[in-house]
Amino acid sequence: MTTQVLDSHDHHNHDAEASAKVVFGFWVYILSDCILFSMIFATYAVLHNNTYGGPGAHELFTNMPYVLIETFILLTSSFTYGMAMLGAHKGNKNQLLIWLFVTFILGASFIYMELNEFHNLISEGNGPQRSAFLSSFFTLVGTHGLHVTCGLIWMILLIMQVSKHGINSITTRKLTCLSLFWHFLDIVWIFVFTIVYLMGAM
Amino acid sequence: MNILGKLDWSAIPVNELPAMLAGGVMVGGFVALVLFITFLKKWTWLWTEWLTTVDHKKIGVMYIIVAIVMLLRGFGDALLMRTQQAISVGANPGFLPPHHYDQIFTAHGVIMIFFMAMPFVVGLMNIIVPLQIGARDVAFPFLNSLSFWLFVVGVVLVMLCLIVGEFGQTGWLAYPPLSEKQYSPGVGVDYYIWALQISGIGTLISGINFFVTILKMRCPGMTLFKMPVFVWTALCANILIIIAFPVLTVTLGMLSLDRYLDFHFFTNDFGGNPMMYVNMIWIWGHPEVYILVLPAFGIFSEIFSTYSHKRLFGYTTMVWATFAITVLAFIVWLHHFFTMGAGANVNAFFGIATMIISIPTGVKMFNWLFTMYRGKIVFSAPMHWSIGFLITFAIGGMTGVLLAVPGADFLLHNSLFLIAHFHNVIIGGVFFGYTAGMVYWFPKAFGFKLNEKIGIAAFWCWIVGFYIAFMPLYVLGFMGATRRLSHYDYSTGWHPYFVVALVGAIIIFIGINLQLLQVVWSIFTRKKNLDLTGDPWNGRTLEWDTASPPPFYNFAHVPHVNSLEPHWDHKQYLLKHPEKKNEHRPYEDIHMPRYTGVGFVIALFAFTFSFGMIWDIWWLAIASCVVMFGGVVYRSFDYDIDYYVTKEEVEKIETEISNRNLA
Repeated sequence: MTTQVLDSHDHHNHDAEASAKVVFGFWVYILSDCILFSMIFATYAVLHNNTYGGPGAHELFTNMPYVLIETFILLTSSFTYGMAMLGAHKGNKNQLLIWLFVTFILGASFIYMELNEFHNLISEGNGPQRSAFLSSFFTLVGTHGLHVTCGLIWMILLIMQVSKHGINSITTRKLTCLSLFWHFLDIVWIFVFTIVYLMGAM
Repeated sequence: MNILGKLDWSAIPVNELPAMLAGGVMVGGFVALVLFITFLKKWTWLWTEWLTTVDHKKIGVMYIIVAIVMLLRGFGDALLMRTQQAISVGANPGFLPPHHYDQIFTAHGVIMIFFMAMPFVVGLMNIIVPLQIGARDVAFPFLNSLSFWLFVVGVVLVMLCLIVGEFGQTGWLAYPPLSEKQYSPGVGVDYYIWALQISGIGTLISGINFFVTILKMRCPGMTLFKMPVFVWTALCANILIIIAFPVLTVTLGMLSLDRYLDFHFFTNDFGGNPMMYVNMIWIWGHPEVYILVLPAFGIFSEIFSTYSHKRLFGYTTMVWATFAITVLAFIVWLHHFFTMGAGANVNAFFGIATMIISIPTGVKMFNWLFTMYRGKIVFSAPMHWSIGFLITFAIGGMTGVLLAVPGADFLLHNSLFLIAHFHNVIIGGVFFGYTAGMVYWFPKAFGFKLNEKIGIAAFWCWIVGFYIAFMPLYVLGFMGATRRLSHYDYSTGWHPYFVVALVGAIIIFIGINLQLLQVVWSIFTRKKNLDLTGDPWNGRTLEWDTASPPPFYNFAHVPHVNSLEPHWDHKQYLLKHPEKKNEHRPYEDIHMPRYTGVGFVIALFAFTFSFGMIWDIWWLAIASCVVMFGGVVYRSFDYDIDYYVTKEEVEKIETEISNRNLA
């Protein structure tokens, strides 16, 4: 009897250990993703004046309110994800799901606005093929957008898993990882906003 | 629209004899293997025991088998080049037309670095690191299997391009603008990109996996400074992987955007900057060199200590030297292109940073020498490789310091002197190290030892062949011979040196054959060389504490350590207290991951995806993406990924092992 109690205690410990490993591993992945973004930022820094006679950042990024709304939508989604995590820690499944859904809507709106911006640029003849500057712009912003899209898909999967399994150690671990990912993308966007849009418009 | 994109019968190079011969050998070998497995009715076994495995030891073994196969391919390319250069002088154009010769030197470099050296070291880390830290598996066993199969995708692509299409003709780093669509319109560079991109992502996942494994899964009592040096070097190599490989991903991604979507990162016009590619690829490329060589340093440390029967001299300095090299690895990349024109001050900075690396490396050299000093040295095969390394690597290091002088580099840049230098350090350091490691740890992985005599003969062929093959290249470099030449004139006076180099390559070829013979011979005579103790070399670290081969859970009891050399100290303790020898501790349930085929399936479709991308078969690429995504979702929804081995089962397995070893 005693052994059995000890065993289940061990098994429980194992769960916590596994979660710690996964979250730590995800931090390391985020670090490597940081390197990935830093290389793309560096590329943008090198190429942003190489407009090859085409429009530069100064001419293109004039619609600051649009980008600002985009930015606030993404920043708000970080806040709502935080609310979702509070729900998860309280064990309140409904709070978790509702806030996850709100986060998803905000993230999807961000992506919609970004695609809209891309569409406008391309239809005006300012696609990534126009100049090295625009190649690096589309790659930088697009890589961020691709990450956000992956995050959105991941969010759908987690909404499904939480609905099915409820809040347990595994779903909490997955939510924690996505939370790291989501906030990380927010921080990256702040750099994109500053370096590409603000410094471009200056 | 063609359903097969650009792919048609003209992709098969029927008119090129060497490619068809090599392709024929490859296809023949593959068909023979398939028939052989079918004949033995081993397909189910292959699937359940190997293709779906998440056991780090089996994955490690598979990595090394692929590495050896690719060594043969890469060395075949080397022999072709050496032969071409030995005969293509004056009126003789040689037997390889330039466009084919260019593919061969590109493939040789790519294969030897990405598909020989990398899998060899990842394989050794897989087998040994968990054992040395007293763990039962790596942190993420499923990702480990995924990494391996993604790496295999790269291998398959590089092999496939022999018979379907072509390989890059750009040199192993595919510098633009040559590698841009404008100058390389064929599929060669696309094969290159996808082979490296897919296997590179596998390597990045491995890097994270081992980093977490080493930091989070060490057995109780093993503090950082009680880790074996091989684990330290593996840790640093994985830090380098985590930082460097995303750079490779970005660089190749941008080259892909240039080629596929007409972006202008590295093009000549539209404001592109080819020099940026050269910078970026070497920001990855230089750390890559240390990713390869640091674990080799770790292996040598283990071997010198074990076969000298002494504690490693200067353990702490060894660790700090490793760390110093890890940091310095990131601030020397520009020495690969001093001639780019970054200016005297920039060149001076990178030249000096490069020379500084020789200081921690020197610390290591002296530590190894002092480890042997007054030791009871056993001149085993691994020890031969290690001493051969000390001498060869010292010479290679000195020519490296010479090349680090920007002024001298302006003369020697892109000459055969450079080729001689990096083969000197990569063969003498990396390859000798991995071979030594393979011979040293072979009994741990398979339960029997490799034949010593054949192994030592192979070593002598390698080292003699190496010096005969590469010393002439130093001379040729001074005489002005550039790298990647497929033809030259008699008046250069180079011809005799190239002939000598060919002789050296042939001696190395004999050495490789002896290594293969060593493995085959040892398998057939294994009954005579069984390792029943689990500790054939009187070792010092934890991996020798369990049976050879270890049970799938590695250790029946999680080891508790309180010293740097726990196995050695335990043996000393048992000598003093022989009554403790048969002490029996009760077994516990062991938590293990379940095998899964998801990694294999995802990689299979990563292959079809790459193939579709290379040949513009867009529907295939999209469909493959969907399936890969499905694989990830399937895995994400699978909550039943581990199980417990009951203590009764553990007891049964342990009894079997001890009965086997007593019999």
